[in-house]
Amino acid sequence: MRPDKTADVKALVITGFGLNCERETACAFRQAGATAECVHLNEFLSRRRRLDEFHILAFIGGFSFGDHLGAGTIFANRIKCRLGDDLRQFVTAGRLVIGICNGFQTLTRLGLVPVLDGKLFTQQVALAENQQGAFRDDWVLLAANPRSPCIFTRGLDLLPLPVRHGEGRLIPADERTLAAIERNHLVALRYADPQSARPTQEFPHNPNGSVAAIAGICDPTGRIFGLMPHPEAYLSPYNHPHWARQRLNGVLPQKGLGQQIFDNAVGFAAQHLV
Amino acid sequence: MYYRLEISPGPAASDARGAGVLQQAKRFLRLPVEGVWTRDVYSLFVECDEAGAAAALAAFTNPIIQNGHLGQSKPPHPFDWVVVVGFRPGVTDNVARSAGSALGDVLGRPLTGAEAVYTSTEYFVRGPRLDREAVGRLAVKLLANSLIQTTWVVSREEWEKDGAPVNCPAVTDRSEPHVGTVNLEVPDAELLRISRDGVLALSLDEMRAIQAYFRANAARRRAAGLSEAPTDVELECIAQTWSEHCKHKIFNARITYTDETGRTCEIDSCFKSFIRRGTEEIAKSVAWLVSVFHDNAGVIRFNDRLNLVYKVETHNSPTALAPYGGAITGIVGVNRDPLGTGMGAELLFNVWGYCFAPPFMAEKDVPPGLIHPRRLRDQVHKGVIDGGNQSGIPYMVGWEWFDPRFLGKPLVYCGTVGVLPRELNGRPAHLKEIRRGDHAVMIGGRIGKDGIHGATFSSEELHAGSPTQAVQIGDPITQKLLSDFLIEARNAGLYRFVTDNGAGGLSSSLGEMSALCGGCEIDLAAAPLKYAGLQPWEILLSEAQERMSLAVPPDSLDAFLRLARDRDVEATALGQFTDSGLFHVKYAGRTVALLDEEFLHDGLPQMQLRARWTPPRWPEPPLPPDAEAGGLLLKLLARLNLCSGEFKARQYDHEVKGLSVVKPYVGVNRNIASDATVATVEPLSREGVILAAGVAPRYSDIDTYHMMASAIDLAVRRTVAVGGRLGHIAGLDDFCWPDPVASPANPDGEYKLAQLVRANQALYDYTVAFGVPCISGKDSMKNDSTVGGRRISIPPTVLFSTLARMDDVGKAVTLDAKLPGDLVYVIGITRAELGGGELFAMLDAVGNRVPAVDADSAKRLYACVARLTEAELCRSLHTPAGGGLGVGFAKVAMGGMRGLDINVAAIPAEGGLALCEKLFSESNSRFIATVAPADRQRVEAILAEVPHACVGTVTLTPVLRLHHAGEAVAELGLDALVKAYTETLDHV
Repeated sequence: MRPDKTADVKALVITGFGLNCERETACAFRQAGATAECVHLNEFLSRRRRLDEFHILAFIGGFSFGDHLGAGTIFANRIKCRLGDDLRQFVTAGRLVIGICNGFQTLTRLGLVPVLDGKLFTQQVALAENQQGAFRDDWVLLAANPRSPCIFTRGLDLLPLPVRHGEGRLIPADERTLAAIERNHLVALRYADPQSARPTQEFPHNPNGSVAAIAGICDPTGRIFGLMPHPEAYLSPYNHPHWARQRLNGVLPQKGLGQQIFDNAVGFAAQHLV
Repeated sequence: MYYRLEISPGPAASDARGAGVLQQAKRFLRLPVEGVWTRDVYSLFVECDEAGAAAALAAFTNPIIQNGHLGQSKPPHPFDWVVVVGFRPGVTDNVARSAGSALGDVLGRPLTGAEAVYTSTEYFVRGPRLDREAVGRLAVKLLANSLIQTTWVVSREEWEKDGAPVNCPAVTDRSEPHVGTVNLEVPDAELLRISRDGVLALSLDEMRAIQAYFRANAARRRAAGLSEAPTDVELECIAQTWSEHCKHKIFNARITYTDETGRTCEIDSCFKSFIRRGTEEIAKSVAWLVSVFHDNAGVIRFNDRLNLVYKVETHNSPTALAPYGGAITGIVGVNRDPLGTGMGAELLFNVWGYCFAPPFMAEKDVPPGLIHPRRLRDQVHKGVIDGGNQSGIPYMVGWEWFDPRFLGKPLVYCGTVGVLPRELNGRPAHLKEIRRGDHAVMIGGRIGKDGIHGATFSSEELHAGSPTQAVQIGDPITQKLLSDFLIEARNAGLYRFVTDNGAGGLSSSLGEMSALCGGCEIDLAAAPLKYAGLQPWEILLSEAQERMSLAVPPDSLDAFLRLARDRDVEATALGQFTDSGLFHVKYAGRTVALLDEEFLHDGLPQMQLRARWTPPRWPEPPLPPDAEAGGLLLKLLARLNLCSGEFKARQYDHEVKGLSVVKPYVGVNRNIASDATVATVEPLSREGVILAAGVAPRYSDIDTYHMMASAIDLAVRRTVAVGGRLGHIAGLDDFCWPDPVASPANPDGEYKLAQLVRANQALYDYTVAFGVPCISGKDSMKNDSTVGGRRISIPPTVLFSTLARMDDVGKAVTLDAKLPGDLVYVIGITRAELGGGELFAMLDAVGNRVPAVDADSAKRLYACVARLTEAELCRSLHTPAGGGLGVGFAKVAMGGMRGLDINVAAIPAEGGLALCEKLFSESNSRFIATVAPADRQRVEAILAEVPHACVGTVTLTPVLRLHHAGEAVAELGLDALVKAYTETLDHV
């Protein structure tokens, strides 16, 4: 990959209506070498801007419409009603979409993950209220699924990231849906026990009681990815709660490990989409 | 058309809300409830066909975890009663607002003014032994706050026969706008009655000053078509502008202070004599103070590109009445202070701190009319959690303090740090101006009756008849839209001046703005209203939230209004700024207020008060025997003011923005409260800030001078404990006091005022000594309550908050012990200072020897400790506070899950101290450090000039072992320590 091509990758961070992670998400894409722009949703609804100006679309974290009527519900409904065709064209063109936290909730309500049986825009999984019944901010350990087609998690093994949500318990529509997700390796990240590194249902390592410890899933192409934890909140090595101890033990990484997710996306886009 | 949408939890999801109510009904109210199931109901009053309503239902319902139903359905569970809870007319309903917006998307058009959506919750209660009275109690005690919500209690038979009640809380008041006049040519007693009945909170002196002003201006008023008597708009506007909340009358009063020796002196304003004077003196020697005291928040330099803005507020009175609404308004409201500072700062971090009565208080000890402290606390947390999380602002500092005296009025402190570029469009961004001809523009939410008289009401004691309209409910999403828009407009240079619409509403914001320009002329009929029926004076004074006022130059008005429309933010031009010297308000073209700016802002007579200091003498309790030290330490760790608050704290986002470096809870298990927190200001930067806080209300029982000194020292040394140093620390003072104005109802007012004077004296002495200037502050002076026939006053409380620059966050230190074999040092001297501390409180005593601060020694010590952290010689660093070194050692050990082996005899202390004094005395200005054995010489060389000693080592054995020169004192397993520390408020 030539470095000049990554600079041609254009990443879109959609803002507005209570979303709030635009600055750090744009920073992550820029660190990966892409050009990142934060644009208010209304600019697309009013047709002043177009989704197809971009190669990567990020639905970011935050509280769109205050999570009223359920997280992601109103934002997804607005996009479906007023920007649905553009979004369909964007994903069918094979461009990349990442949804983080509120963005993941929006993706599930839109039906952009897991897209089983080719059913785009059909909701197949839900992100329900955490089993413990409250919002929680903590760091968790994630184990990546090496067999997943997910572009964003390529080459990852274990990844510590912060979670901060009240509605993150993934519930598939039924047993068949879960089986199909597993069969197609659409689970990209699972909550893991920090001792064994195995997937866990145990609180607080699995912070929300997610079925099969699912923290992030993708569509069968691996180009649409949603996750509850926040990779954009671990761009600096000093974000990790134990950075001082890591440094003492000589294992403080050069960059925050969340950066890898964005590096993967921008690298892929530079190779295939520019 | 009316449509009813029901959304209930589906089979895949549990009804957590119902289960929670069931548990609380049994536990707190001891009601024979057997089951509770809930559902949300959306009442749609819209012009659409049934297919439109069905489409809305489909969009609202999550098909995998919810069941949606159009119309009324019978729940699948057996029930005996139904409780329906909706909002009262005019109360902010954030969910309904969002639902209306989504409905517009479904219908392909926005809703009209005649259409509406309302939300309600239906609780289906199973309990054959429940009667209507018991269910009613459940409804008002647990499910609803009757100040803001309506409840219906319906039996199963009634429900089956008549169906569920239709929830339509439309405001139906259609009264015509009317401007009255108030005759002030009356006897003094009548003047006082006018003030009292009108909730104006004006004294006789003040009423007389107003009377004289109108008498003198009769001719000009007649010429303008006004009567000599003030209009209700004018009187309300003056009362609001002159309120304690806005004018800080007590802090600006002339006080005759008599000390314990009988010596008397005159103090011309505590604010000017102590707070401002201290800052002005420090300003001569530091270069980083940018803007202090005159804007909505203080501004300090951060680096060559950025300035930082910080404000901490209280929101006590509204919270006492409606805890959720009061608290969310507190946090969302203080966000607008940095947002309205200079040209508008972007919001970076929140802080919060609460003083409550203990949550485990027996129901019978809570007077009728007061909310039980546990439920109050839950609601306050929920409000600030929702407000902060939904705004995308991480919290950095959070604390709670418990004392039964906060039963009548809880204290709710909320603060926000913002970041402001040093220059914007070529001009310093902390400066702003207004020119004649600029448009007066209001942006944000619409105006309703919410919060009317908030400013005057917060200046009064809480009583049973306190006005219910003083309650607001903040809407963080409306405000997020507003703040995103504001920063966009700021960067595009579309306005010249911005300020917050807080207490006093437009009266306050436009009043202050017109004072800067020299006048204004506005028309209240242009203001957007939530509903009809508001009187002109109500429009001017309403404290409806999420609003800012701006001065927009004529040539940018169109661009400004267009951008607002593009961002779904309501913006309205209300008039123009002038240089007439007059605050001129019209309604539909007719003058309703015409006041001289000079009189409005400077006509308030200075209050004259007396203060007398008599030091209290408390019995001195016997010290517990040495053998009890271990058991006492475990008990102390479990006490409300020392134990872990992690359960609630983790419900607040502290990672959003990705700037966090030292988090509120630290250690290998991330469960020990940190001394202070560290964050960067920009992603990936190494430059950062340290936020810390100090509060010590119980020391006020002995002497508020030392309470204040301790609070300042606490915040400063906590800053040092995470790697900070003196030199670039800004302070904020937030005073909460019981009424210090003597009256027959308040016989000890002179003592409380003396307490205020003494706290101010200490504030001056120690801010100057430490070089920590106050850049902003707040006072809340009437924290008393007589609800339920009992007068309850808070202990005088000052929150001292600090914001410090840190050159390199990579040098930050946490409190948890790291490697076995590291040496444990105690730095600083321990004295016999158990007075007002946790140990004595546990023994039901106060004592007399309150911790004092020796500023000169402390400064030398902080410089040495800063040299240690600068050279990265501390593997861990902690500053003990409540519970002294004993609790401090436990936190260091629990944080690292390492043992400590401590020789108590080696602790540097003044002579003759008992073991319990060494371990639990709360002497200020001390640290516990752990250092690598290889660094021993370097560390001791740096500490040579200050009291210090190596008192032990970090061990692999999971035990905190305390011995006295080899003789065992206590051996406490880490698991037992952690259990004591975490159990008290776990899941509470």
